[in-house]
Parts: sequence; C-alpha cells; structure tokens
Amino acid sequence: MTGRERPWYATALRNRRLVIGSALLLGVLLVAVLAQVLATHNPLAVRPEIRLSRPSTEHRFGTDNFGRDLYSRTVYGARISLIVGGVVALLAALAGTVMGLLGGYYPRVDLVLMRIMDGMMAFPGIVLAVGIMAAMGPHVANVIVALSIVQTPRVVRVVRSVVLSLRGMQYVEAARCMGVSDRRMLLRHILPNCISPLVVQCTFIFSEAVLGEASLSFLGVGAPPEIPSWGVILGEARLYIRNAPWMMFLPGTALTVTVLALNLVGDGIRDWLDPRLRKAL
Amino acid sequence: MLAYVLRRVLLAVPVMFVVAAGVFLLLYLTPGDPVSVILGPDASPQQAQELRQRLGLDQPVPVQIFRWFGRLLHGDLGQSIYLNRPVTQTLLERAEPTLMLTLLATLFAILLGLPIGILSATRAGSWTDLGAMLVALGGISMPSFWVGLNLIFLFAVVLGVLPVAGYQPLSRGLWENLRYLLLPAVTLGFAQAALLARMARSMMLEVLREDYVRTARSKGVVERKVVLSHALRNAMVPLVTVMGLTFAILMGGAVITEQVFNIPGIGRLLVQSVLRRDYPVVQGIVLVIAFNYVVINLAVDVLYGLFDPRVRHS
Repeated sequence: MTGRERPWYATALRNRRLVIGSALLLGVLLVAVLAQVLATHNPLAVRPEIRLSRPSTEHRFGTDNFGRDLYSRTVYGARISLIVGGVVALLAALAGTVMGLLGGYYPRVDLVLMRIMDGMMAFPGIVLAVGIMAAMGPHVANVIVALSIVQTPRVVRVVRSVVLSLRGMQYVEAARCMGVSDRRMLLRHILPNCISPLVVQCTFIFSEAVLGEASLSFLGVGAPPEIPSWGVILGEARLYIRNAPWMMFLPGTALTVTVLALNLVGDGIRDWLDPRLRKAL
Repeated sequence: MLAYVLRRVLLAVPVMFVVAAGVFLLLYLTPGDPVSVILGPDASPQQAQELRQRLGLDQPVPVQIFRWFGRLLHGDLGQSIYLNRPVTQTLLERAEPTLMLTLLATLFAILLGLPIGILSATRAGSWTDLGAMLVALGGISMPSFWVGLNLIFLFAVVLGVLPVAGYQPLSRGLWENLRYLLLPAVTLGFAQAALLARMARSMMLEVLREDYVRTARSKGVVERKVVLSHALRNAMVPLVTVMGLTFAILMGGAVITEQVFNIPGIGRLLVQSVLRRDYPVVQGIVLVIAFNYVVINLAVDVLYGLFDPRVRHS
C-alpha cells in the first residue's frame, strides 16, 4: 500500500467471514424468493397414501407424515424463516433505538426504562417467548411480536450505551450551546453514531429470531402445524425418527446453514467496522 | 463488603418486582377474554363465571395485582386449572429432572468449552485453533433440537447403545439416571460449550498480549506457567460471570431439550400447559425460571466482588 486508504469494498472483500456468510445468505434468500419455481410439489398438498415414503425420484427428500413433499416444504420454509427473522430484527431495532435514545439522553426516563429492561432480560429468551405465545395463541404474526419483545432490550442497551458515551462529547456540548433542539440533537448528531453497533446487533438478532421461530414452532407453540416452517417439520420429524429419519435432514440443514450464514455476517461486519476487534472472537 | 452485598441485593429487588409484574401482565396479552379462550367456545356462562372467579378476574385490576403480589410473598403460585392442584406443589414434583439435566449440561459446557478455548488461544493460527473454532461456530449455529435429533438417531436408533428418550429418577440409581440424561445433557450443553470456547479464546488472546505476560516470558518463566497462572487468572475474571450464568441460561434451554427427549421436567410441563391453556402453571413456571436467573445473577455478582476488590469499590 502506498499510504492511500483502501476503498470500503476492498476491506469488505478481504473479510473472509463476511464474504462466505453473505454468499450463503444470498443463497437462502434466492431459495426464498424463487420458492415457487424451485418447489416440485405444492407444500400443503396432503396425500395420505404416500405418507412417510423414502426419498425417491418423485420425492427427492421423501414425504412427511401427511404425504407432503419434504423438499418443497423446506424450500417454502426459507420464506417463513427470513420473513420472521427480518421483521423481528427491524421491529426490535426501531423500538430499541427510540427507547435507547430517550433513555440515554434523559436520566429520568433512563431510571425507569432500565429497570424494566433489566426485568425483561431476566427471562431466558425462549421462556419469555413461550409465555407470550401462551397468551396470544399460535400464529406466525404472534411469533414475530413475541420475539420482537424478547429482543428489544438488547437494542436498547446498545443504543443507550452509545448515547451515554456521546453525551459528554465536546461536539454535543457545542451543538447544545448553539441551541440545537433535543429532537435534532438525537436524530442528527447522536443517532448516526449508533448505526454501526446497531447493524451488528441486528444481524445477531436476525439469527436469534430465525432460531427462535424454529424453536417455538418445534415446541408446537409457534407457527400452526400446516405452515411449512422448518421448526414445524422438525417437530414432526421427532415423532417419526425411527420410521422416517430422512424427515429431519433437509430442514435441519437449511436451518443450520441460515443461522451460520447470519452469524458469519454478524462476526464479519463487526470485524470490518472495528479492525481493532479483528480475530478477537 | 457487607455494603457491597446489600447494594447488590437492593438492586435485585426492583428487577424481581418488574419480573413479577410482567408475568402478571402476560394474561392481558390474550386477545379478547382469557376465560373464553381457556374454556373454548362451548362453555356455559355459568362455567365461565366460575372460572373468572377462581382466577380472580372478576376483581378490578389493581386488586388483582395486589393479590398477585400478596400470594407471591407467601410462595403461592395459585391453582392449576387442568391438574386442579397447587402450582407450587406441581413444580416441586417436576423439579428433579430439570435440575439434574441443567447441572449435567453446565458441567459438560464448562469442562469442554473452557479447555478448548484456552488451547486454541495458545496455538492461535494453527490448524488445531482453526478446527476448534470452526466446530465452535457450528456449535452456536446449530439449533439444540437439531443436535438432539441427530444424537438420538446416531446413538439410539442406529447404534442402539442409549435410550431414545425418557427419564429415570435418581431414586432408581445414579447410573440409570445418567444413562438417560447423557444425550440430553450433551444436546443442551453443546451450544454453550461452543460459546464459552469462543469467549475463553478471545479473553486469553487479549491477556496474552499484555506487558506482564511478556515480562514473565523474558524472565524465563516456563510457558505452561505463563499461560496457566499469569494469563489464565486474569482472563478468568470475565469468564467467571459467564460460567456462573451458564446454569441459569441453560435452565431456559432445558424447555426445548426436555421436549426433544420426553423428559418430564418443568420445561415439558410449561409446553404442555401452554397447549392445555393452563395459564396459572405457565405463569408460575415463567416466573420461577426468571427468579432463578435473578438469584444466580446476584450470587455471581457477590462472588465477583469477593474475588476482585476492584469491583467492590467501584
């Protein structure tokens, strides 16, 4: 190097985790978008006469306990996982950012808000999600609400800590002396500094939400049984592990690859944005 | 020290209060009338009125909250609708499998994760390190129930050396108990082992770069001693917190593992109660698991202060 700054995409492309993770994620995204083209059968079509049949040329990964094509169900499952994960990451980021900004900036709000957040963080994520699902009933939209509630405190903490560290900064002080309103201060001067930690956090929330949706559906309290969610399929596969072990192969692999891709992207972005942390984790 | 402990306890009280209030409010997330949701569409108005009275839903909300906290102070979690007996009693009966499972999984996670992380750090960049970290990355990405299903398939269905599912109580002998809990404990502890390995590695790498490690090496201290007594001691400080919380975190994860292996513990009761719409039991279990977390968190904080005076005086 000749002392010139490398452009951002050059450092991103040199980050192996980010590249591999993004490639895998792009693959899953393509499957989700092209589900209609890729699927060979209707994922909801029940055919009891061929239930639990082995992988064959007609059904490449076998059929489930209702005779539905497992390959087609898994392909459509990518949609559920990515939609739930993405929407949860978005909702948690929105709610968490608003609360984090207010909490970090106004000590009085902070006092109450952080007690509530501490209380919410005392629940193991899956237990709180199950509790909320118990009250709201099994539905994909309710899964999104439950997981967003569970994940929001993490965003609040991250944003709040950035705001707290910025509050004493000279440029904030200077802006205040110039009579900048609180609203403008938070949105124009403080929020932009929260973006990078927020992006990293959201990637991990995305990954946890994909896992969370699958876990809730596996337990039978998430997506209703007819929905082709990877968790639902694996929950049924558990019951037929002796007679039809092929049932768990494809959805389990798809789920692992998706979560792995998101974790790689999260690790990658974190290293990329903060080179000091490189190889730390 | 006493002041530090008191301060910590006082900080835990509002958290517990919020937890209890949150669990109370869960019932109000129900769309519509919880009583008609519980009883289904065929219930007579008389049945509905009876249940409403039993759940205390006929009272104004402030009275309900007041009663809820009053009962909690007496350790009374209410009556199960489905089982028709006190929730506390049911929970105690179901506690053994969950505690044994969580304990074994915690041991597994710490005994596997910590040494691998330390070894990886001392050989950073080697094939051993790369391999271990790849396995660890897989470990945190694989859903526990998928790990469990694969273990069942391999060890119970194909090899037939371990039971597929179920539980034998401790009263049937420790060996029998462990035989049934081996696969579930590995399933539950695996992800946490991977997480601990990653953390232990990064903490160690950080400490190994410190000046005092270089000083120790240049003094001619044996490498083994540099790693174990100079570096590890300091890397352990943040790790102790994570290890302490492992038990509390895994108790949440046990909900899923118990379902995979049909273990009749608190977690399985929680899922069953959700499906039976037995709200008092759901509330009781969610509350107990969260309280458990708060208490362990408190204990870890206190121990932390005991070991590290810097924490105590900050």
